[in-house]
Amino acid sequence: MTSPYAPHTDDEVRDMLDAVGADTVNELFDVPDELLHDGEFGVEPKDEREVVRHVDELLSRNDDVVEFLGRGSYDHYVPSAVDHLTLRSEFLTSYTQYQPEVAQGSLQALFEYQSMLVELTGLGVANASVYDAATALGEAALLAARVEDGDTVLVPETLLDERASVLRNYVEGAGLSVVEYPTEEGNADVDTVAERAEEAVMVYAETPNLRGVLEENLDALGDVAEDADALFCVGSDPVALSVLRPPADAGADIVIGDASVLGAPTAYGTGVGLFAVDEAHIRQVPGHLVGASTDESGRRAYTLTLQTREQHIRKERATSNICTNQAWLAIRAAVHAALLGASGLVELAERCVEEPRALAERLDGIDGVEAPVHDRPCFREFAARVDDAPRVRDELLERGFAVHALNDDEIQVCVTETNADATDDLVAAFEEVVA
Amino acid sequence: MTDDARVYEQARWSDDNRYEPLLNEKDETTVDTDTSLPDDLTRDTLTLPDADEPVVARHYTRLSQENYGVDSGPYPLGSCTMKYNPKFTEDLAARDDASVHPSREETAQGTLAVMDRLQKHLARIGGMDAVTLQPPAGAAGEFTGILVARAYHRSNGDERSEVIVPDTAHGTNFASAAMAGYDVVELPSGDDGRVDVDALRAAVSDETALFMMTNPNTLGLFERDVREVADIVHDAGGLLYYDGANLNALLGRARPGDMGFDIMHYNLHKTFAAPHGGGGPGAGPVGVTDELAPFLPSPRVRETDEGYEFYEPAETVGKVHGFHGNWLVLLKAYAYIERLGDAGMRDTSGKAVLNANYLAEQVDYDVPYGPPHHEFVASAGERDALEVAKEMLDHGVHPPTTKWPEIVDEALMTEPTEAETKEALDRVAAAFNGTRDSNADDAPQNTTARRVDQTEAARNPRLSWHALDDG
Ligand SMILES: Cc1ncc(COP(=O)(O)O)c(C=O)c1O
Repeated sequence: MTSPYAPHTDDEVRDMLDAVGADTVNELFDVPDELLHDGEFGVEPKDEREVVRHVDELLSRNDDVVEFLGRGSYDHYVPSAVDHLTLRSEFLTSYTQYQPEVAQGSLQALFEYQSMLVELTGLGVANASVYDAATALGEAALLAARVEDGDTVLVPETLLDERASVLRNYVEGAGLSVVEYPTEEGNADVDTVAERAEEAVMVYAETPNLRGVLEENLDALGDVAEDADALFCVGSDPVALSVLRPPADAGADIVIGDASVLGAPTAYGTGVGLFAVDEAHIRQVPGHLVGASTDESGRRAYTLTLQTREQHIRKERATSNICTNQAWLAIRAAVHAALLGASGLVELAERCVEEPRALAERLDGIDGVEAPVHDRPCFREFAARVDDAPRVRDELLERGFAVHALNDDEIQVCVTETNADATDDLVAAFEEVVA
Repeated sequence: MTDDARVYEQARWSDDNRYEPLLNEKDETTVDTDTSLPDDLTRDTLTLPDADEPVVARHYTRLSQENYGVDSGPYPLGSCTMKYNPKFTEDLAARDDASVHPSREETAQGTLAVMDRLQKHLARIGGMDAVTLQPPAGAAGEFTGILVARAYHRSNGDERSEVIVPDTAHGTNFASAAMAGYDVVELPSGDDGRVDVDALRAAVSDETALFMMTNPNTLGLFERDVREVADIVHDAGGLLYYDGANLNALLGRARPGDMGFDIMHYNLHKTFAAPHGGGGPGAGPVGVTDELAPFLPSPRVRETDEGYEFYEPAETVGKVHGFHGNWLVLLKAYAYIERLGDAGMRDTSGKAVLNANYLAEQVDYDVPYGPPHHEFVASAGERDALEVAKEMLDHGVHPPTTKWPEIVDEALMTEPTEAETKEALDRVAAAFNGTRDSNADDAPQNTTARRVDQTEAARNPRLSWHALDDG
């Protein structure tokens, strides 16, 4: 069998071999015999229909459960137009814009993505994406290490273990260690941060954090970081930032997060690393930046810029090793934001405040449930206290609902517009399970 | 210009001093952000575009028309493997049941099954024993591989300080090693464009943690001495890393594991046909030998009697991505492998190498190193490679990668992939050769934008619409 995506006829192959003076394709491989392999891996070629059926069979093994899951990966409804527009193959099948003259479409779309993040974060510069929130946090710390003295990164104890692990991997080579600070009622313990900030290159806080709580001490943390000559980095996302104060107002030097809350399904955690930074550090930014310029006709045109920061030019002295990023998903986030518009984003964000508040109130009404654990404004999700949280999680799952168990006596529930209409059933299931 | 009749015209929507206006120039509003949150947490207003769907649809449709992709025409961008991206895999990725929350495990058996099967396919294809799918791109795979090497050396009480990288290697190799805290030693290539075995022998020491190699290398040459290279590195106590960017050349014909590599990454957006998406997302799974498997990132997937489960490798380096990497890309690559099967994969590398050889033969520029495999690097000689590239744009051909690798003067690194017909290659060759006797410096003319001023962009960085003052 030949590849269905290699369109040569046998005659063409013959002609081409003649042109290069070879008898067979195999002859073209300058590979010592002892290194040749027969290519038998046990994968049968299939026609397209067979592959679709095969994948269908595999994916149908995913249980049909209603997810009330969050903790860094959130589900929002993605309008159909996002697919239709971004699946246009001129976007999908292009690559990094090394030739801006034929790539104005994706450059402008990415410029618009960057612009939206500038508006939402209040910072002067946003890049065209890194991989996800965890790697964005790692990049932020590495940036901080280049511009500030110190050997620690301060992070909240609520930080997702997975993110902390990625962060440690990113910063170890730069000689930094990751130090946690405590939280009280889901908010940063500012005094402890102040005590520990002296050695830090960066102080990190999240709003909302991984327990869904909006951080109320951003200003104080910003001051502490500034006093200690550390950068202040805030983790958030574009939906939350549609209503929250721009982190730059609280002194944030960097904002990171996951922009895949817009434009992408949860997709097993496929992310879009949001990375925005104060203009002062523009030459320290990792990854691609799209800038405006003019072309020879005098019209405004876009291009990748400040590329001397990047690995293909600066090699081991580059600001980052990133090359391929999450551009297409960043464009999807921008298209989704464009479809929602300013008013749609604000409405969506408000829903992320109201739905969890209403659900927490109802759960709190059940004997044996205390919700939310933190009497604080929450976004999309909140923790609830129950007896034997792992059992509650398992029994809810038997009834078709997935929630997080944080530890022995806390579960966490995430609610957005996509699962809000299942909350009645969830509450009923809770009543049965907790009773 | 040649007399090639099919000179290209790219769509262009122009409005006096700009092409398609920015969305905020079409429609922008400031809304009050009334919410039920405490005032001190919230912003007062939000200013963003607020266009209705028909306006948004037309905007992005026009932008797409101002963009050149693989479906638009030949895209022989060297080292990037811009092959055709099958459409059906997008439908699979868009399925509802393809998108589950990353904390699910026992209720996501389908997702785990795809992951397990993909890991096994990749392991066999690369001749590796164990594979992690977590790294979200090739560079992330390199970084992961280097972390694994570092952890392995440390487990032997061995702190090594250097990573050796050939001068022809991709920039990410250098940057990934530096990010992991290593000193990078650049190894000059031999006169034949391959690793200079004697120079390598002189460069290795008990400080060598890793030697990173691309094979075929970025000149498209197979490193015939790879077994000897492996011995040299291993004898010094180091490990050998395979940058899988060029695996398309060897698919089903030779395996890094058989060559002596200990660690490799696969580049699913290149070799395994996941689309490049205007820059990403990609996926850079990493394969290792049994000895290194305990150090792989956590969690790993395995098949048990009861189904699939995650587990933490005994001496894991931890995480390199917040969740499981770019799952949608993994799914597309899995479907591609299933579609091709063994025979299709072998045919892919055959046609990719045939195409590169044929095109190299048709191109009038000097190709100083050979024989090529999936790509070749021509030298523009007296001409500026960038000018050649800009001229090629007017022929509806995306130009090669320019000015890299540096050991070729004015390099034009050309990778046609298996997806081009002979006719398309002839057209690419005509575009190439048409620039030979030209001294034009005003190309491109037929693209959406004329030559974009890079200097101005960098001198006066304007990176958002807030920074624009030209209306
Ligand atoms: C030879 C080589 N190595 C590594 C990479 C990095 O891969 P990625 O862009 O997926 O991070 C590339 C990408 O262009 C490459 O060509």
